[in-house]
Amino acid sequence: MIVATGKSILKGIAIGKVKFLKKTQAVITDSAADPAVELQRFEDAKALAVEQLQALYDKAVVEAGEDHAAIFEIHMMMLDDDDYIDSITEIINTQGKSAAYAVKTTGENFAETFASMDDEYMKARAADVRDISTRVVNILTGADTGVDEGDEPFIIVAEDLAPSETVQLDKSKLLGFVTRLGSANSHTAILARNMNIPALIGTEISEEWDGKLAIIDGYNDCIYIEPTDELVETLDKKRVYDLQQRALLKELKKKPNITLDGTEINVYANIGNVSDVGMVLQNDAGGIGLFRSEFIYLHSETFPTEEEQFAIYKRVAEMMGGKKVIIRTLDIGADKQADYFNLPKEENPALGYRAIRICLMQHDIFKTQIRAILRAAAFGKVSIMFPMIISVREVKDAKDILEQCRQELIAEGKQVGEVEIGIMIETPASVMIAEELAEEVEFFSIGTNDLTQYTLAIDRQNPKLDPFYDSHHPAVLRMIRKTIEAGHKHDCWVGICGELGADTSLTETFLRMGIDELSVNPGSVLGLRKVIRSLDLSK
Amino acid sequence: MKQFSYTITDPVGIHARPAGILVKAVKPFESSCKITKGEKTVDLRKLMALMGMGIKCGDTVDVTIEGPDEDVAAETIEKFFKENL
Repeated sequence: MIVATGKSILKGIAIGKVKFLKKTQAVITDSAADPAVELQRFEDAKALAVEQLQALYDKAVVEAGEDHAAIFEIHMMMLDDDDYIDSITEIINTQGKSAAYAVKTTGENFAETFASMDDEYMKARAADVRDISTRVVNILTGADTGVDEGDEPFIIVAEDLAPSETVQLDKSKLLGFVTRLGSANSHTAILARNMNIPALIGTEISEEWDGKLAIIDGYNDCIYIEPTDELVETLDKKRVYDLQQRALLKELKKKPNITLDGTEINVYANIGNVSDVGMVLQNDAGGIGLFRSEFIYLHSETFPTEEEQFAIYKRVAEMMGGKKVIIRTLDIGADKQADYFNLPKEENPALGYRAIRICLMQHDIFKTQIRAILRAAAFGKVSIMFPMIISVREVKDAKDILEQCRQELIAEGKQVGEVEIGIMIETPASVMIAEELAEEVEFFSIGTNDLTQYTLAIDRQNPKLDPFYDSHHPAVLRMIRKTIEAGHKHDCWVGICGELGADTSLTETFLRMGIDELSVNPGSVLGLRKVIRSLDLSK
Repeated sequence: MKQFSYTITDPVGIHARPAGILVKAVKPFESSCKITKGEKTVDLRKLMALMGMGIKCGDTVDVTIEGPDEDVAAETIEKFFKENL
């Protein structure tokens, strides 16, 4: 098995035989005897090229949508560009060159101009100019550019692929493609994304792969040549899962999470890293219901600075474009440890010095994070959520610190945004005093993993306890019901962000309890939406 | 001669697609239409030259229109900038 890495354009899996695309270089005769003949040949070739592009445009509209087909309209306009035509005419008329030579030279010159611009997007336009020029040259020289497609679907491996080549390929046969050149901004890449074709660019390709079985793993940015049976099996499962998700997406994207009798709730997604936001958007979640901020701390060697955190929160808020982002403040301790915190070893870490307890003792750590969140809130819709709460005092203290941070930032002339304030309900204590807590905050998010562990007094890390563990234990479900009732009594919305939220055998139960929001892994959003839309609470 | 200044607010600037639509919008008029950014001036009918200017969000450009139908052209083109760019 050979593994080659590249840069993935689409998170997806493609499995199939490689077809190595060798482009036949057009043979160009440089000089020509009669400029008038060459000019006429150019005119004819250009007309035919426009005709071909129109056909590609029509095909792309169907396969990738009008927005992305527009590039072929631009290509047609480029072919009609005065400067481009003037340059070709000039070369034919004054240098006694052939039409093919004139087009190729002009195309190269224009491509160079784009390639030298200091804008990544415009640089990528060089490929478009080359693409249209090659098309005309191939018509003029009669070069064959078609791929012999055969009957079997294939993975294309090539030096580079022009947008027109990508669209030209029979989509039912094209499993994916791998190129050595190309950029993520190229129209080829954009088309691949919109046609849902797994693709890798910047890969060291080899002609020897031709005809061999391969897997493009878009999740790990690599291609496996002659993979093991085991790997084929694993990744094929992933591929099938992707297909199901995509089918769900097609069916459910932009649809509300509403039951047959009209109860609508929010379905948000949980993330642990900025890189997860793509999955959140892809799966059409209504917001981020739990942003586990501790990854910033766990991936760091020292305490992350305000600026570092601000940049991350701001980016997430902006990427979500006005959709809600609930940031949970530092939840470190217990099983999540970072050396530089110098936390002492404990007998009972799950019941120990962790989360809000650290933050309320070490204000400097807490304030750094809160300042970053308040500043990021100026760039999107941000909520803040405190974990591991057991008393009203803690919430009041945390809110005081937040207010203090806000005043300080304003005094420093920094831009701050409004944040909605909420807490995690994950201790039995917080459930019992939920009514008092609800007066302090705007929302509750139930962390069912910890709530179950603390309610049942069962350590989930211990497999020996599995026979005793019941995730649907009535005690836990009553805790959830009590929390929802207490919250609603005091105008506080209530959500679930633990694993139970994605347990579709409980969705109806939660909806009947009056849950307002469920936050689940990005991959579970659409499945959950499907279940919600099939429920009828009036029965 | 008609002239107006405009600051680009479209986050992507005058990229391929907006450039294409702009060129199309200008084509029907007889008047000469030119766009200037800094020291560089190009004909608004020339797609590649226009793209080559690399006009970005926040850039201020001057558009000059001169010819028999300059009044209508100026009005239409300025409206186009405001609505699309």
